[in-house]
Amino acid sequence: MLQIKNLHAKVEDKDILKGINLTVNAGEVHAIMGPNGSGKSTLSAVIAGNENYEVTEGEVILDGEDLSELAPEERAHKGVFLSFQYPVEIPGVSVTNFMKTAINESRKAKGLEEMPANEMLKLIREKSELLEIDRKFMSRSLNEGFSGGEKKRNEIFQMAMLDPKLAILDETDSGLDIDALRIVANGVNKLKSDKNAVIVITHYQRLLDYIVPDFVHVLYNGKIVKSGGKELAYELEEKGYDWIKNEN
Amino acid sequence: MELKEKLISSFMAFEESVDVHSDLHDVRTSALKNFETKGFPTKKEEAWKYTSLGAILKNDFSVFPKTDGAVDFADVKKYFLHEIDTYKVIFIDGKFSSFLSSTTHDGLDVCLMSSALTKPKYKMVIDEYFNKVASKDESLTTLNTAFALEGAYINIPKSKVVEKPIEIINFSTGNEAALLVQPRNLIIVGENAHVQIIERHQSLNDNPVLTNSVTEIFARKRAIVDYYKIQNDNLEASLVDNTYISQKEQTHVSVHTFSFGGNLTRNNLNFYHEGEGIDSTLKGITIIEGKQHVDHYTLVHHATPNCESHQNYKGIFGDRSTGVFNGKIFVEKEAQKTDAFQQNNNILLSDKATINAKPQLEIFADDVKCSHGCTIGQLDDKAMFYMQSRGIPQKEAKALLMYAFSNEVIESIKIPELKQRITKIIAMKLGVNMGFDL
Repeated sequence: MLQIKNLHAKVEDKDILKGINLTVNAGEVHAIMGPNGSGKSTLSAVIAGNENYEVTEGEVILDGEDLSELAPEERAHKGVFLSFQYPVEIPGVSVTNFMKTAINESRKAKGLEEMPANEMLKLIREKSELLEIDRKFMSRSLNEGFSGGEKKRNEIFQMAMLDPKLAILDETDSGLDIDALRIVANGVNKLKSDKNAVIVITHYQRLLDYIVPDFVHVLYNGKIVKSGGKELAYELEEKGYDWIKNEN
Repeated sequence: MELKEKLISSFMAFEESVDVHSDLHDVRTSALKNFETKGFPTKKEEAWKYTSLGAILKNDFSVFPKTDGAVDFADVKKYFLHEIDTYKVIFIDGKFSSFLSSTTHDGLDVCLMSSALTKPKYKMVIDEYFNKVASKDESLTTLNTAFALEGAYINIPKSKVVEKPIEIINFSTGNEAALLVQPRNLIIVGENAHVQIIERHQSLNDNPVLTNSVTEIFARKRAIVDYYKIQNDNLEASLVDNTYISQKEQTHVSVHTFSFGGNLTRNNLNFYHEGEGIDSTLKGITIIEGKQHVDHYTLVHHATPNCESHQNYKGIFGDRSTGVFNGKIFVEKEAQKTDAFQQNNNILLSDKATINAKPQLEIFADDVKCSHGCTIGQLDDKAMFYMQSRGIPQKEAKALLMYAFSNEVIESIKIPELKQRITKIIAMKLGVNMGFDL
């Protein structure tokens, strides 16, 4: 589904990604771990098409199509979803209206009619229940005044609404207490199928107890320096990142 | 002949042509004298530092339209909030249109300034209120006073709650190559009365128009007045709006100004407090582009204790457009426990757009709460990326952010149809269909 080949990217003349290679197939969960500053968030931003990062070399290919010339919204229409580490507050736009706009713009791009209002409401109800989100939440301004946990749950709610092919969860566990972590992980697991794929980006092994990866990759200094199965995450937890740093 | 000379030399003819109470001759004459001394404001004056009328005044304006412009109802009904459910005082090229209007004397007066100024039965009211809160030394206000004849006269008696909004609309037809109009409105809202008023200036073709309007509003004890100004005129129309509001104790007066169109717009909005427990609200949304210019010049004069004022102005400036916000809050020594708040947020969409913002607080009382905040920024990159990553295209994302930015002000519109109308105009300005009812 996703192939990343020799990806180099920089921000403001600082090279951050220095040759990433990664293949993700449908039905797989990949975890990308690494110390702070290793390039984890940059990788997710580059896949989603953030224009603050400049791709200097390499390709990101989704279902055979190079994404590099596509705007973030076009990538979203092709099924890329990024759950933000720091979701942005948008005062004045309710969660419901934001979701309506997002879904209908995606449908428009695919040449479909707008989703009928009752269908939309049904979908919202169904997905908000999945994430144990109070209905009252839906009329609040997007992310404004949300707690850390509420923001992250709302990200996964959006993922559920948009039903992406490739979901990238950027540090979704940060700022979550154990209950919220369980709800978020449960939501992701229920959305998981053999047609989609998930990339979990995390600093800690904790989230991986709940969302169990098929593959774990360790990112250090802009490169994937180690890959393995889920046991690699435990090894990292045990030995700490110094182990990786010392080896490289 | 320059416009100033033209106006001064036509004054005598004008005075002879109108039959008003003799007392008003003195008012007019001294007003004209003031204008003669001061002339049109120039950028040399602090209050007009960022707004120049120079280019506009080069037009050869007709001061008194020669012909009666006629318009078809079908062509103008889109400018009405309602076809039937509002009172209407409609002017075409400065002249009253009885055909388009819907006035009343049934339990309240919604009618013509020209009647009020000339008919004996209004004399007492005119003596008590006319030109009593309007400035006697601001040059454009006095120019209007000198030639004051037509406009809306609204008198709401004690305890009357007016169920229908009142629309005051000034159309110009372009019958004259260039037209100067000077509407003069007088609005008196009695004790415990409540009224909603919408004012609009609309040019129907591309000939230049300059409107120099003066509105005086008197809110008696505990009256509630909600006033909305829709400024969405075409690009050859310029407007100087001078509004003066006198508030007695426990009155609530709000003025919303929506500035989307026009060539040059200057809003001089002045609130004067004359009692305790007063609440004044001044809100505005400005969305302009091209070379448009909008200048908000506000004054809230806190002269009495325990009063509040709330100002919230939002501006979005594209292309080479320019904006000015000059907000003055004056708190007199007697006005203890004043709570005055002023907020002015601006977004510049282009490197060539300009906003000059100047909060001015003059406080002489020692137990007050006064705050002001002013921001100037661009659209938030992070919010843009966030929305785009959810599949919302750049143009729609921009529009949604701008709508959200204005939303605080839109939300406080108390007439639902007007709220819809304003959001529709905004969506049109932004060139989007939001995919949900704004």
